[in-house]
Amino acid sequence: MANVSDYSGFWVFAEQINGKIADVGRELLGKARELADSKGVEAAAVVVGDLTEDEVKELISYGADKVYLLSHPNLKLYSSLTYTRLLEDLVNKEKPEAFLFGAGPLGADLAPRVAARLNTGLSAHCVDLKLNEEGGLDQVVPGFGGSLMATIVCPNHRPQMATVMPGAMKMPEPKEREGEVVRVDVGEVPSPSPEIVEFKPKERSAVALDGADVVIAGGWGIGSEENWKLLEELAEVLGGAVGATRPAIDEGWAPEDVMIGQSGKTVHPKLYIGAGISGVMHHVVGIQDSEVIVAINKDPKAQIFEVCDFGIVGDATKVLPVLISKLKEKLGE
Amino acid sequence: MKIAVFCKSVPDTETKVRLKGDRLDTSGIKYILNPYDEFAVEEAVRMKEAKKAEEIVAISMGPARAQEALRNALAIGADRAVLVTDDALDGSDTLATAKVLVKVLEKEGGDFDLLLFGQRAIDGDTWQVPSQVAALLDLPQATCTVALEVEPGSKAVATRLVEGGEEIHELTLPAVITCSKGLNEPRYPSLPNIMKAKKKPLTTYSLGDLGIDASEVGKNGSRTEVLSYELPPARGGGKKVEGEPEEVVAELVKFLKEEIKVI
Repeated sequence: MANVSDYSGFWVFAEQINGKIADVGRELLGKARELADSKGVEAAAVVVGDLTEDEVKELISYGADKVYLLSHPNLKLYSSLTYTRLLEDLVNKEKPEAFLFGAGPLGADLAPRVAARLNTGLSAHCVDLKLNEEGGLDQVVPGFGGSLMATIVCPNHRPQMATVMPGAMKMPEPKEREGEVVRVDVGEVPSPSPEIVEFKPKERSAVALDGADVVIAGGWGIGSEENWKLLEELAEVLGGAVGATRPAIDEGWAPEDVMIGQSGKTVHPKLYIGAGISGVMHHVVGIQDSEVIVAINKDPKAQIFEVCDFGIVGDATKVLPVLISKLKEKLGE
Repeated sequence: MKIAVFCKSVPDTETKVRLKGDRLDTSGIKYILNPYDEFAVEEAVRMKEAKKAEEIVAISMGPARAQEALRNALAIGADRAVLVTDDALDGSDTLATAKVLVKVLEKEGGDFDLLLFGQRAIDGDTWQVPSQVAALLDLPQATCTVALEVEPGSKAVATRLVEGGEEIHELTLPAVITCSKGLNEPRYPSLPNIMKAKKKPLTTYSLGDLGIDASEVGKNGSRTEVLSYELPPARGGGKKVEGEPEEVVAELVKFLKEEIKVI
């Protein structure tokens, strides 16, 4: 058992993909900063990749006192074995009390490996993190398709590790702050990296869901790929992004990476419009922090009406064309 | 090749989850083989059909009812099944679970070429156990795999979906792979195969059989602890309108314009 009091500070793994630091790292730094301030300890970011000090020092403005930079040409592409080994060593040396990861495809792959090597606890897909009376971290996670929220703690082992849903923490405003980039000696890095051989980037939708002010989401009730275009049109009129529920993605109407919900993205736009969405908890946990929720569904008993601010009982495929033309008219005024 | 496929018995998604106090009320829940584990079983069976694999062992940790999930895996085409079941296991977190699964692999000879998991379990939904098994065995892993090519005795080439693209991983065997939707379309077991599955061997182990002390599993052996369960905060329904599209849209536009000023 680790001596809990030897561990101090809140760390964030700021993942980079293809040389770009992902937003989830900045979001997590906002939360790490807040937690660190309430305990009077440090917040730090850890970056593994092939990056320069200049490329990572922006993380200081998002709240990091220290940015640990583990850079090497052979670290450009993600390798679970190599990244795990480096993080294991760094944690054992520096002893942070908590280590947060984004719950995306990289963080969800890496964090459990690191936790297993460190023989410590890890909670998955957190939507909230709070300090408890003992100074430990209460980790709030949705369970059972989001029907329940569980509070998880890691009382006797350090670091306390968690993966956090992208979008669950608000993006902090960058500020002028003091901080330093600490270059960590990575030693020999196998070349070429033992596992990954290739990265194939894909086209992304016009407006990213993360940080969108308006989100138009569709579900199974949209009915067809043809009708799905209505959502894209509405999003275009309102300058928003299109998201989807699991059933719509299963039908192939939308790509996997726009899924909103427990195992997808969390959004908090000013306006969310859900069309043809029944509103199971899996989806609702990803939208409940939206400022205004509008729902359109044929079924007056659909669960989404229990969480919306404005509900329309009607066929989304009939309501949307009218809404689009009306808004075009209004916004054209 | 010898393939291990990990199978979890999970509540059917149609089941409505209830609370008894602040704990789960598990009465009245119907259990199924985790749908993502079906992708894993199907993938293994296809490798056997392609003469790339000789033996498929379906492995589960869970209460006695997990036998049903294992029988399902056997009906899809696994050769035999192993269930670790023990009251002391209740409350194990992902790392404690991974440690038990590693012991099962050792007990079964430790000579597996491929460890296949579902990408996620639809109940706990942590996505953690496969990576933790891989870490404990120091094996390479590819999670969220949507395409897989295996060369027995040599390597596995896995395509995984990531933010903004796809990664192609080449893993030296033995390796851990987690299977995503899109990897394959699992078959419905035929009635004769369901009947045959009832006769296939299913071995049950207790903790003692695996040489595990009860203190290493369950709540005592877990690093994390669930403090409480709560129903998510209710947001409360707002205004609800019904009528012809023109009427309801007019009301919505008025709401967006006047009450919340988004347009």
